[in-house]
Amino acid sequence: MTVEQWLEWAVADAERRDLPGLKPLLEAFARSLRSLRDADFNDRADGTDDPHAER
Amino acid sequence: MAPTIPTLSVEAFGRKLRSGAIASRAVTEECLRRIHADIDAKNDGLNAFISVMADEAQSHARLADEELARGIDRGPLHGVPISVKDLVDIQGLPTTAASRVREGHVARRDAAVIGHLRQAGAVLVGKTNLHEFAFGTTSEESAFGAARNPHDTTRSPGGSSGGSAISVAAGMALASIGTDTGGSIRIPAAACGIVGLKPAFGEVSTEGVVPLSRTLDHVGPLTQSVTDAWLLYRALLGDHHPEALGSHSSGAAPNLRLAVLRRYFCELLDNEVRARFDEALERLRAAGAQIDETDIPHARDIAAVYVTLVCSDAAAYHAATLDRVPERYSEMVRARLEVGRYVLAEDLSRALHGREVLRREVNAALEGRDALVLPALAIPAPGLGAQSMQIGGSTEPVRNLMLRETQLFNLTGHPAISLPCGNTSEGLPCGLQLVGASGQTEALLRVALACETHLS
Repeated sequence: MTVEQWLEWAVADAERRDLPGLKPLLEAFARSLRSLRDADFNDRADGTDDPHAER
Repeated sequence: MAPTIPTLSVEAFGRKLRSGAIASRAVTEECLRRIHADIDAKNDGLNAFISVMADEAQSHARLADEELARGIDRGPLHGVPISVKDLVDIQGLPTTAASRVREGHVARRDAAVIGHLRQAGAVLVGKTNLHEFAFGTTSEESAFGAARNPHDTTRSPGGSSGGSAISVAAGMALASIGTDTGGSIRIPAAACGIVGLKPAFGEVSTEGVVPLSRTLDHVGPLTQSVTDAWLLYRALLGDHHPEALGSHSSGAAPNLRLAVLRRYFCELLDNEVRARFDEALERLRAAGAQIDETDIPHARDIAAVYVTLVCSDAAAYHAATLDRVPERYSEMVRARLEVGRYVLAEDLSRALHGREVLRREVNAALEGRDALVLPALAIPAPGLGAQSMQIGGSTEPVRNLMLRETQLFNLTGHPAISLPCGNTSEGLPCGLQLVGASGQTEALLRVALACETHLS
C-alpha cells in the first residue's frame, strides 16, 4: 500500500466513521509516513539498499 | 502568582529541618496555602493542581516532625512536600489523567514510585494538572482547564507535566514527580525555569502510571536543582540514604568533554533561545569545559519514527474507550489518538528499526565524551492557544517545535536533563539539555552538577 493509497483509505474510513476532522491530521501523518518510508535505513528485499551488492 | 516568591530546595529544607530552624508542618502549610490561593484565584491563577491532599499532607508532615524528634530520620526526603502528576496512582484517590474518560476512577493501590516516596517520608501535597493523558506539550487540553506559566500567565507552562513544573517553580511543592514520553518533564522544566530529569529508560518503575506509550514512557523528577534531582532520582529507585552526588565527581567543569548537537537541533530556534544557549556554552568553555560539535546522521527521521511509535502505542491503549466514550476526550487529543489507529504494522516495524539506528548514532556521538549538549526547548513558552509560529523563515506547528529537542532521547532511552540557562528579554526561561551515556543517569547528573553553577 503506497502512502497515497493509505491516505485515501484512512480518509475514507474516517469519513465513514463520521470523523471528517481527522483529514488534516491524516494528511500530516502521511507526510511523516513518506519520510519514514524514504529513510535510507530501510532494508529492501531486492537488495537495492545494499551499497556493496553487485548487480 | 509571582515567581519571585522565595522557594526552598529539598537540600536546603533538609539542612534547616535537621538544625531545627524549620518544621515540615510549617513548610507544608505554606505549600498548601499557596496551592489554595492558586485555586481560589480561579481564572487568574496558574491552575497547577487537580486535587489537593491537605489532610494527609498535614498529618504526614506532623508525623515527619515527630519522627525526627524521636531520632527517626528517613533520609533527604523526610518531611519534604512533593506534588505528583495526576497520571500516577495514589491509593484511594482518582487518577484523572486530566480526562473525563477517567471519571469515577479511584486507584486501588499506590504506584511503585509513590511507595518509594512514602518510605522516604515524603509529604504528598496533591496531584498536578497535565495535558490530557500526557498526549500534548502545552498542558492546555485538560478536563480541568489549561495550566498557566508562572512567568507569564498568558503562556503555557509546557507539558505534559505542566502542573508539576508550575508547582515547583511557584513554591507549591519542593519537588514533583512527572512523566516524559517525548519531553514531558524536560519541556515544562525549561518553560518554567527549573530542572527536569528523564532518567534512563526502564530505571524508574512505571507500574501504576497511566501509559501514553509503553515503548517511550519514563518517570522522573522536576526540581529546583541538580542535587535535588539526584535525591529524588535515588528515592524513586528505593535508595533513601544516597551518597552525596559530588562525592565521586570527576566532572568538574575543566574536565568535562561535551559535544554540541548542531545542525537539525539548532536550525529552528527562537533567536533569544539561541542566544541564551550560545552564552551558556561560552560560560562552560570559560570554566574549562572542552566543547566540540557532533551530529546525528538520521536526525531528520526522528519525528517520523517518534510519531509512528507513540501514536501506535497510544491507540492500542485507548482503542476501547475511543469506541465506547469518544465524547469524553478533548477534541484534539481524541483526534491524535484516532490517527494512531490507522498505523500499518509495516510502518511500525520501520519505526522500530529507525529507533535502533538512532540509538546507535547517539551512542556513537557520545563516544569519548561526558555528555551531549543542546537546547531543551526550541522556543520560549508559547502563548496559550498558539498552534503555529514563525521561526527560521517558515511557519511551524508549535507542538513539533516543542518536541524537536527532546523526543530523540525517549526513542533511544538515554538519560537527559534540562537545566535553566537564562531568560529571554521578556523574562521567559530557557533550558539547556544534557544527554548522558546509555544507562548512566548518575554520571549524567554529575556532569549536570558541574555545569549548573556556570549556567545560573
